[in-house]
Amino acid sequence: MKEELFISGRDIPNIDPFLNIWHWQIPLYLFLGGLAAGIMFFAGLFTIMGKEKEMATTVKWAPFLVPIALVLGLFALFLDLKHEMYFWRLYTTVRMGSPMSWGAWTLMLVTPLSMIWSATYLKEAVPNWNWKFKMIEQTIGFFTKKRREMAWAMMFLAVVLGVYTGILLSAFNARPLWNTSILGPLFLVSGLSTGLATIIWMSKNKTERRIMSQIDIVLIAVELFLIVHLFMGFLSATAVQVEAAELFLGGQFTVTFWVFVVILGLAFPAVLEILELRGFHIPIWIPALLILFGGLVFRFVMVEAGQITRYLY
Amino acid sequence: MKTRREFIKISAVGAGAAAIGLSAVNIAGLKLVNAANDQTAVSDEEMTSFPTYCEVCFWKCAGWTYVDKHKNIRKIIGNIEDPHCNGRLCPRGTGGVGMYTDEDRLKTPLIRETVNGEQVFRKASWKEALDLVASKMKDVANKYGPESFALFNHGAPGEHFKHLLHAYGSENEGEPAWAQCRGPREVGFSATFGSWIGSPEPTDIRDTNCLVLIGSHIGENMHNGQVQEVADIIGRNATIITVDPRLSTVASKSKYWLPIKPATDLALLLSWIHVLIYEGLYNKDYVEQYTMGFEQLKEHVKDMTPEWAYGITTIEPSIIRKTAREMANAAPAVIVHPGRHVVWYGDDSQRERAIAILNALLGSWGKRGGFYFKEAISVPKYPHPQYPHPEWSWKDNLDGKYPLSSMAITTELLAASIPEFEYKHQIKAWMVAGTNLPLTIPNKELFKTAAEAVEFIVVVDTMPMDITGYGDVVLPECTYLERFDALRAAPHREPNIALRMPAVEPKYETKPSWWIAKQLGERLGLGDFFDYDDFSEVLDWQLKKMGTSLDEMKKIGIKMFDRKSGPLYLADGEEYHFNTNSGKIELYSTEFAELGFDPMPKFTKHPEPEDGFYRLIYGRAPMHTFSRTSNNHNLFDLMNENSVWINPKVAELWDLKTGQKIWLQNQDGIVSTFPIKVRVTERIRWDSVYMVHGFGHDNKKLTRTFGRGASDTQLITNVMVDPMMGGTGMRGNFVTFITENPGKEAEA
Amino acid sequence: MRYAMAIDTKKCVGCSDCVVACQTENNVPHGYCRDWIVENVSGAYPIVEIELRSERCNHCENAPCVRCCPTGASHTVEGGIVMVTHDECIGCGACIQSCPYDARYSHPDGYVDKCTFCQHRLEKGQNTACVDVCPTKCLHFGDIEDPYSDVSLALKNRSWKVLAPEAGTKPQLYFLT
Ligand SMILES: Nc1nc2c(c(=O)[nH]1)N[C@H]1C(S)=C(S)[C@@H](COP(=O)(O)OP(=O)(O)OC[C@H]3O[C@@H](n4cnc5c(=O)[nH]c(N)nc54)[C@H](O)[C@@H]3O)O[C@H]1N2
Ligand SMILES: Nc1nc2c(c(=O)[nH]1)N[C@H]1C(S)=C(S)[C@@H](COP(=O)(O)OP(=O)(O)OC[C@H]3O[C@@H](n4cnc5c(=O)[nH]c(N)nc54)[C@H](O)[C@@H]3O)O[C@H]1N2
Ligand code: SF4
Ligand code: SF4
Ligand code: SF4
Ligand code: SF4
Ligand code: SF4
Ligand SMILES: [Mo]
Repeated sequence: MKEELFISGRDIPNIDPFLNIWHWQIPLYLFLGGLAAGIMFFAGLFTIMGKEKEMATTVKWAPFLVPIALVLGLFALFLDLKHEMYFWRLYTTVRMGSPMSWGAWTLMLVTPLSMIWSATYLKEAVPNWNWKFKMIEQTIGFFTKKRREMAWAMMFLAVVLGVYTGILLSAFNARPLWNTSILGPLFLVSGLSTGLATIIWMSKNKTERRIMSQIDIVLIAVELFLIVHLFMGFLSATAVQVEAAELFLGGQFTVTFWVFVVILGLAFPAVLEILELRGFHIPIWIPALLILFGGLVFRFVMVEAGQITRYLY
Repeated sequence: MKTRREFIKISAVGAGAAAIGLSAVNIAGLKLVNAANDQTAVSDEEMTSFPTYCEVCFWKCAGWTYVDKHKNIRKIIGNIEDPHCNGRLCPRGTGGVGMYTDEDRLKTPLIRETVNGEQVFRKASWKEALDLVASKMKDVANKYGPESFALFNHGAPGEHFKHLLHAYGSENEGEPAWAQCRGPREVGFSATFGSWIGSPEPTDIRDTNCLVLIGSHIGENMHNGQVQEVADIIGRNATIITVDPRLSTVASKSKYWLPIKPATDLALLLSWIHVLIYEGLYNKDYVEQYTMGFEQLKEHVKDMTPEWAYGITTIEPSIIRKTAREMANAAPAVIVHPGRHVVWYGDDSQRERAIAILNALLGSWGKRGGFYFKEAISVPKYPHPQYPHPEWSWKDNLDGKYPLSSMAITTELLAASIPEFEYKHQIKAWMVAGTNLPLTIPNKELFKTAAEAVEFIVVVDTMPMDITGYGDVVLPECTYLERFDALRAAPHREPNIALRMPAVEPKYETKPSWWIAKQLGERLGLGDFFDYDDFSEVLDWQLKKMGTSLDEMKKIGIKMFDRKSGPLYLADGEEYHFNTNSGKIELYSTEFAELGFDPMPKFTKHPEPEDGFYRLIYGRAPMHTFSRTSNNHNLFDLMNENSVWINPKVAELWDLKTGQKIWLQNQDGIVSTFPIKVRVTERIRWDSVYMVHGFGHDNKKLTRTFGRGASDTQLITNVMVDPMMGGTGMRGNFVTFITENPGKEAEA
Repeated sequence: MRYAMAIDTKKCVGCSDCVVACQTENNVPHGYCRDWIVENVSGAYPIVEIELRSERCNHCENAPCVRCCPTGASHTVEGGIVMVTHDECIGCGACIQSCPYDARYSHPDGYVDKCTFCQHRLEKGQNTACVDVCPTKCLHFGDIEDPYSDVSLALKNRSWKVLAPEAGTKPQLYFLT
């Protein structure tokens, strides 16, 4: 029999018996970040493609959610800080090696950008809107003309943001579950998918929904592929990673992950979307809600399970 | 609630945030909260240090108490000059700070009172409490004579109260250090060598080539100097042979671990003696020159072969032979350690005799790497009138029992407190100072009956330990860090003294024992015995007689003196007179023979557990001392409950898992009040279970430790008394496991 | 100059003095610790072995906790000691996530704390508190680049291991086996 025990010292809150330093705030933050990235990406994409009219929800209306999501996300992050009065320290330095740092800076760029973007559409949304100050009027006018350039920036930053939500975890080699480069693309694709779901839910336009559903099905397929790949990678890696994978293959996260994330959050909505495309009448909010819920659960599971996995003890 | 420090922090952030706006440069250089430093670590120069010697156990290491600018005790560090610790305290000494900071401490005198039919303690002033104790002491003296007032004590407070007791006219004072601890080894060794082992043990471990430990679990038994010397010999790969039914820490570091069947050590020891003699491995010159009774011994152990011992001990004969040879090869630099807590099976003085004989055959007594000749300096007695001569003492009450007891037997004092036992002289009232009797003395029924029978109990303690629950008056002593006490003048390689002085004012309304004793003395009309205002006067007087002074000692803490009794070791062939009847090392004990005991040890078989029962053995955790530290926050952090060690095979049989909480029930049907967690481990035999002594406190006022873990003492109801000296053998108890809460059944 | 510590698992008795000494020296709040003791039991009765390890921050040469800190609060100072500046730390927990040894904890005051190799003592020419207190003298500390330092001498004739080398952090605690 093998026995390993702490004789003394280690019974530290939130560290033992397993790490639990990040709570609900971080997965929520990652979810909202991914969602915002998704919306921004497609808003940018269809702007560049010159489809503002056909894809009005995508380009104009859904992006109103982006600053809200980002601010909420940042607030969640703020809530998770234990020394929050020192929050400003984040912006006194740039740390290239720290995903937290460049995440903070990316948000610093993305949030104002998304606000300006929406501001340029505010007049279309609220016809009698008046900026009151001439200076603001002029500035917004200036940006309204630069939408194409902004669209490029948004697409680029959306990818950075989406990937960042994954890399924030995968940068931590110390947590075997997170120690994989697949998390970046996986979180990006998942974020794009949740963004799409939001757009589909909001859109009243049949063609727009159709196009977005088609893209979504592809994204879900990619996501499923990445998930399979993720586990194959773990199972052929080190013992600690095999152990990490086992949390999902019979371990305590098996049901939550496979039922809520993979089946209800990915496969089932994909089937519903396919049926919808084939002409069946499906209330559009059902797959959308499932995707959003699945995306949220996915991030909770990954953050929670990742903290349980460790190298020692 | 915001502390001032937090307030500063928040406002400082405001200022810092503004600073960003003004200048983005050099923000990292902006040190906002310098005070934070004070909160984490303070350098030694910024503190004041006061000498002390440790009271967390009886090794009494000397150290320095560091106090910061705000009069907070920050830490205690060993005194580098001190041979007991060499500048390194053990975890308990380092964590001694927690004795001082414990918020659960006794804070004011308490007096028992009945309110609405319920007994409660009420706070009292010192004057009221002392007046009450003194008047009770006078009553007892008038009604029954002062002799019927007994003192139970342990440690430094005992010194002051013994003085009071003797002045008052009683000699009935007992400590658990005798009948619950080391009595048998002092009997066994003085019968053999004419000398006690004493404390610290004069074992020359640092220079030994072979150390044999019979149970003694040095490393868990954290007696500091010994642990340090054992670590040294581990470092230089000296042979260690550990005999223990459990893989103790030191067993895991030993060349040989002999996982003996408990209660059979005497057979192993006798077979070793057999091998040494019959293989001619013993130290012939030494035996020839210094011992008597060799031929009788030789005849006595003739049939006690390793093969004979194998059947009893389960230790392979080849291992017995091999280890005997290891000892002989190392001799005389070999130590068969006497152990310390040796009241195991009731024949303990004889087991210790066997250990002493083994050492004699190896010639290790008085030899480098064996036992050195210790020396202590005697501290001059501060003058006082002669003590009155009591009409009787505990000895008269024994009526010939336990003839070799040279100290009072706590359990006998308890028994004499119970009228039904019809002792010639009755004990009528107690003072208890520095011993937690309910967790210290086995056979709790005896203790409880005695406590109910006596007329009055005053308890002097620092903590609301279980014993305080029995007091009529409870007097709060300050901790050792807050007081003066008698000088430490324990024997060692070189004589030395150490000073204990207060590092801070006593917290709450607590007072030192010397003050309490003096106050009581004065109320009893014994003021002449306490002819000083402050105990420091006594110390200064004594120190000046010894060629130093209180002022000097405050600076150095410890002082070494030259030896006067001759060298540490015997020279080859040196003449030496041993303090026995024959002047020789007695392999055949004339003293025992005269008293009608076996002059040479014999093995007797002890009962074994029935089916489904396991022998309860116990020991120490390195970070705790008995029951006194389990509520100490610093040490509680290291270990907050005990567990019961169970062999995996047994655990499988009972379907027990590590971490599971169970109750233990002993052979007499006693069930542990509190559950205890299981530790399934390969480190123990399958016929025994093991737990650390000192947990399972039953006083809710101990907010941290109350109800955590189980008490071994509670389960020790079968006591095997040593007929020679009254030691209370505690390891003849067997337990079984209860997995469902037995309390629930009772409620239903 | 590179500070390192060697822990003699053969001598260590698991007494935890190093833990409590660190607590009092560095005012570590109750319920937390900067160092801790692990007992590893292997084998089957009666052939059983125990390894006792006093563990703490490894002051990794390739310290992920420093790399991932967004504010620079975690940083490396002279001698390779990894430190946390309390008033630069935002308590984001990234460094805690990044440490394969779980050597850091979130101090009740909000910042992250961990073993400092008692830098405040080293500055004064003293040894670390845990090294100085250890009754078995099984902790060896010093400049590993100095061949005559206590730690170098301890490592010289003994076999040793580091913990979780596969995590790639180049830890600087050496366990003598
Ligand atoms: N940390 C710490 N250290 C202490 C103390 C403390 O409270 N805490 N107390 C001090 C005091 S006053 C004393 S007296 C000493 C006591 O310390 P020791 O004299 O070392 O005590 P032992 O009775 O030998 O202790 C327990 C060991 O005996 C083993 N044992 C049990 N039954 C048997 C048996 O039948 N045969 C053999 N061979 N071994 C057996 C147990 O498995 C255990 O390892 O410790 C001192 N040191
Ligand atoms: N079951 C079982 N019983 C045992 C043992 C065992 O291993 N198992 N070991 C035996 C041995 S070897 C020994 S030596 C004895 C030890 O027996 P005790 O000396 O009774 O041991 P403790 O439980 O530490 O109780 C000490 C008491 O003194 C108090 N105290 C501590 N410091 C001070 C002080 O400065 N002043 C005053 N006034 N009080 C103070 C504590 O609060 C506590 O109530 O126990 C023996 N009994
Ligand atoms: S051995 Fe430990 S507890 Fe005992 S006196 Fe020394 S430092 Fe204090
Ligand atoms: S103080 Fe030394 S012997 Fe004790 S646990 Fe720490 S490293 Fe081990
Ligand atoms: S042990 Fe952990 S905290 Fe220490 S330097 Fe290495 S990664 Fe950082
Ligand atoms: S918690 Fe503090 S030290 Fe750790 S990464 Fe965040 S800011 Fe840096
Ligand atoms: S080096 Fe100092 S801070 Fe680190 S564990 Fe040891 S005592 Fe604690
Ligand atoms: Mo003892």
